[in-house]
Amino acid sequence: MRATRRGLLAAALALPAIARAQGPARVVVLGGGFGGASAARRLRQIAPEVAVTLIERSATYHACPFSNAVIAGLRDMAAQEFTYGALAADGVKVIAQAATHIDATARRVILADGGTVQYDRLILSPGIELRFKDIAGYSDVAAGVMPHAWKAGPQTLLLRDRLAAVPDGGTVVMSVPGNPYRCPPGPYERASLIAHYLKTHKPRAKLIVLDAKDAFSKQRLFQAAWKSLYPNLEWVGLSGGGKVVEVDAGSGTVKTEFASYKADLANIIPPQRAGAIALVSDVADRTGWCPIDPVSFESRLQPGIHVIGDAAIAGGMPKSAFAANAQAKVCAQAVADLLAGRTPGEPRLINTCYSIVAPDYGISVAGVYRPANGVLTDIEGAGGTSPLDAPPETRAEEARYAESWFRTITTEAFG
Amino acid sequence: MARPLINAPKSVRRGEVFDIRILIAHPMESGQRRDDVGKPIPREIINRFVCTYGGEEVFRAEFFPAIAANPFLTFSVSAVESGVIVMTWTDDLGASQFESIEITVT
Repeated sequence: MRATRRGLLAAALALPAIARAQGPARVVVLGGGFGGASAARRLRQIAPEVAVTLIERSATYHACPFSNAVIAGLRDMAAQEFTYGALAADGVKVIAQAATHIDATARRVILADGGTVQYDRLILSPGIELRFKDIAGYSDVAAGVMPHAWKAGPQTLLLRDRLAAVPDGGTVVMSVPGNPYRCPPGPYERASLIAHYLKTHKPRAKLIVLDAKDAFSKQRLFQAAWKSLYPNLEWVGLSGGGKVVEVDAGSGTVKTEFASYKADLANIIPPQRAGAIALVSDVADRTGWCPIDPVSFESRLQPGIHVIGDAAIAGGMPKSAFAANAQAKVCAQAVADLLAGRTPGEPRLINTCYSIVAPDYGISVAGVYRPANGVLTDIEGAGGTSPLDAPPETRAEEARYAESWFRTITTEAFG
Repeated sequence: MARPLINAPKSVRRGEVFDIRILIAHPMESGQRRDDVGKPIPREIINRFVCTYGGEEVFRAEFFPAIAANPFLTFSVSAVESGVIVMTWTDDLGASQFESIEITVT
């Protein structure tokens, strides 16, 4: 216990402006996705003397990884649902409320009901907000007709149901944003699985993917798979005029700079930025994302706030559940170190993203990252992708690995 | 070279100012990069773009290596008479390509 007391003393001295009550150091985790849930649990494990509070408005979390399989009718939504019981059992205090603002000077979070929660350090994992206004005619309301399904939950089910209602011979149009956005290979996994659904259930229907980029994650692997599996899928990149600039939900029209597409179903994935609370609390910069120190994940704009997951500017690391989980563990250690007066060590982080192209057909990309020149940087040669020429057994094996990965990471984050 | 994408109205009212959009698929190799064995990759960009309307030049652009791949231009033209709009661009190898569109002025 001696080390603990010394640690608390150091933490108190490090925060001279704050009148701290006697008692354990307080860490508040804001946002209960893969980042926030993983961080809260890890912190309880490595620093049981720290009081950890999770603020998350939803009682049930809907995981995005594998939600594309739900859309394609290959998976039950129940498999995507997680609750916070295990976190509470670990001793995390869970506040089921929305937070409206962070007062970084007073080190407190303001809740929707007007209540406040004090913290010594805050771990912010707010996820993303969709920039509806970046596509003319698109909005929260239009998303009821042209779903984005880029936050798992009701939108996932809406897209699944709308897909099932597409007539045979109909046209599905997908719009994919430019970088950066949540889950870089996600739109292409979705395109694959929608094409699989159409091929299986509506053989005369087609999918047109309109993309604001010419290059994307695992591109060669996806395109090789599309060539062999999905003649019903047409991909139009930026230089082919693929950037969507306007939609009309009423008539089902999707417009690029050069052409207009009539869709029986449009799936519009708009550009994104850090979750709203990061913007209103001045933790995000002009890019809409949150600049961080790559060793501690502490905000470069607001001391005492650490940002992890999709909202953070994590250099070469993609915005993925795996990355959020990896960052959560590094961040939890850094926060424990800082509260105890220790200097956080330089981390190494790993990311792996599996994509399911068809049932029994998985592909992956992996990367290893370290801080260099103030940003998380890809260690060259440490990662890689699935081989371009691989037998079906390898693809089937990777699809099974993907399932195992999902079980492992959700068990770690949610119990 | 691939055909460019062009977006322009077919018909406009006399005196109206309208936009022409063109996207030309081109790598725009800057000359600053090196290949796998460290050899400089020679510069190969579109360096000039000219648009004529009824034979008269109405828009001209000079491009430099900082222009990204697949240049996308939007410019405005004032509708005078029905006629042909010709867009011509030239690359570092001296090769020219052109596209023409017809416009009806009412």
